[in-house]
Amino acid sequence: MRAAGIDIGSRTIKLVVVENGQMIHSAITDTTHDPLEQCRRLMDQVYFDKILATGYGRHFFETHFEAPTVTEIKAFARGAKALFPSCRTILDIGGQDTKAIALDDKGNVSKFEMNDRCAAGTGMFLEVIAKTLGYDLDEFGKEALKAEGNIQINSMCTVFAQSEVTSLLARRQKREDIARGIHMAILNRTLSLLKRVSTTPDIVFAGGVAKNSCLKSLLNDALGQDVKIPENPQIVGAFGAAMIAQELQNISNSKRKFA
Amino acid sequence: MDFAIFNRLQQLSEQNLLDIAQAKREGRKVIGFYCLYSPIEIAVAAGAIPVSLCGTRNDPIEAAEKVLPRNLCPLIKSSYGYAATDTCPYFRFSDLVVGETTCDGKKKMFELLAEFRPIHTLQLPQTQESDGALSFWYHEIKKFKERVEKETGVMITDERLSDAIQLTNQERKAKRALMDMAKRKPSPISGIELLTIMFKIGFFMNKRSGIALMNEVVDEIQKRADQGESPFHQKTPRILLTGVPVGLGSEKVVRLIEKAGASVVCFENCSGYRSVFMIDEKKEPLRAIAEKYLATPCSVMSPNPGRIELLTELIKEFSVDGVVDLTWQACHTYNIESFNIEKFVINQFGLPFLHLETDYSESDTEQLRVRIEAFLEMVKE
Repeated sequence: MRAAGIDIGSRTIKLVVVENGQMIHSAITDTTHDPLEQCRRLMDQVYFDKILATGYGRHFFETHFEAPTVTEIKAFARGAKALFPSCRTILDIGGQDTKAIALDDKGNVSKFEMNDRCAAGTGMFLEVIAKTLGYDLDEFGKEALKAEGNIQINSMCTVFAQSEVTSLLARRQKREDIARGIHMAILNRTLSLLKRVSTTPDIVFAGGVAKNSCLKSLLNDALGQDVKIPENPQIVGAFGAAMIAQELQNISNSKRKFA
Repeated sequence: MDFAIFNRLQQLSEQNLLDIAQAKREGRKVIGFYCLYSPIEIAVAAGAIPVSLCGTRNDPIEAAEKVLPRNLCPLIKSSYGYAATDTCPYFRFSDLVVGETTCDGKKKMFELLAEFRPIHTLQLPQTQESDGALSFWYHEIKKFKERVEKETGVMITDERLSDAIQLTNQERKAKRALMDMAKRKPSPISGIELLTIMFKIGFFMNKRSGIALMNEVVDEIQKRADQGESPFHQKTPRILLTGVPVGLGSEKVVRLIEKAGASVVCFENCSGYRSVFMIDEKKEPLRAIAEKYLATPCSVMSPNPGRIELLTELIKEFSVDGVVDLTWQACHTYNIESFNIEKFVINQFGLPFLHLETDYSESDTEQLRVRIEAFLEMVKE
């Protein structure tokens, strides 16, 4: 029995297929202006017996494919717990939102908070600022980590931070120091969200922004513990959704339906 | 819910406006009220018509923002906007509008509202606990009584006040009986139905016809419940909504909760259970009125132990599975109080708790949906 989970996010769509609790397939694509077509494309690449959707697009998926859904919160909880059985806290920084989730000792969600009204401190914010500084996303974290200085950034709004960075560059400030400052600003914002929810170890750091080496290192220092980062941090939600699909009885929306 | 009852409700609502217009032509005064701290008995006793004023819809907010700051609670902006754009018929009818010094936003807004109508602002104490508070409040209500006497030319005797109290107590009893229908499991009435009925009847000028209609609805629901009819199942999560008041136009959270498969069984707010505290009919009427109104457990009070007491009672009586605390954006008192409400709900009852901060617009519907669905997943676990 092959169960699939699809996580339809604001920036990317992730598909994971599991068989006997093992991940046997994963794929990521951009959401684009036509998420439905992108979902079809992902599903065409692989065979599965049933599928469950999560992410902000889960309801249109539910309507089109008669698939059951769960929220990102539950999907991330299930996925992180499956990958790291010791997980008690999840931090997920995605394209346009940040979530902090506390789990009880059984792995059930006991509290959560989301910052999703504004892109400050999310993947989108990083992308915009990296571009302003002339870095690609990979370099951005690495250069920030290497920086010797740290220039304080006062704005957390994407628009204002961008103009602040532009004027710092005009004043001939070192761009790696600005990069470090940006990461510090995201760190502080993330910590305050995390502290409102939980910092109980182990903390699993997921979502696209978990690929950023500087933020990982800053989080480790600030929290006094090593955050756990999955091999592929972007697919934790889709993996969780697939694991939940596997356990659900009485759903068999096999792939034939989606053709 | 029976379609016929909603039809009647609609008809009566429209008739209500015509009735008020007619009564005004015959020389009766209309007094407009916003808040649960204002004693409508004074108006009733003077033979004036107490009316609820509009403030639950998003439409006039844009107009209000020409004057009021954007980062202000939507309830205040909506109330002001209705008045400024002259789109609330009840405001237009009002000869006198009653304000009260509850939160900072409201009391300053009432100063601006004076541009459109005569305002009588009740100075509300910020605490219920000292003797000084009650005697101060008693004095404020007495002053309000004198103002209404002057406006209407009617002497408000104790006898008139007692009659008014009897009538409003009957209304509270009927409303309570209606809300208590949801104690059944599963609830025979949805939160949206309950809210719609209470909201519309709240505008009725004729209290007796409102009471009669509520009693009729109770009978109808009783019948439905006895036949085992309900919009819900035995296992439908039962949610208590606490916090700010909600009405038609600002009911989006109730709608989202019920669309996500839960049942809102109880409203611990000023549009719900806080509005059915009875006035002691044995005491001196004006004092009994002062006591009852001051006891309203709004977050503007410091401290506000009454809210915890009421929640304790309601969570038990309505067999609640989870608590949602609603705060209107920029409402500091509810926003801050939420921290203690959460601790209380989790520590005393071990129930899942969700705090939502939003406004009247639809812009955050999807974000709210995720939170509410994730919360309900917690409730079901």
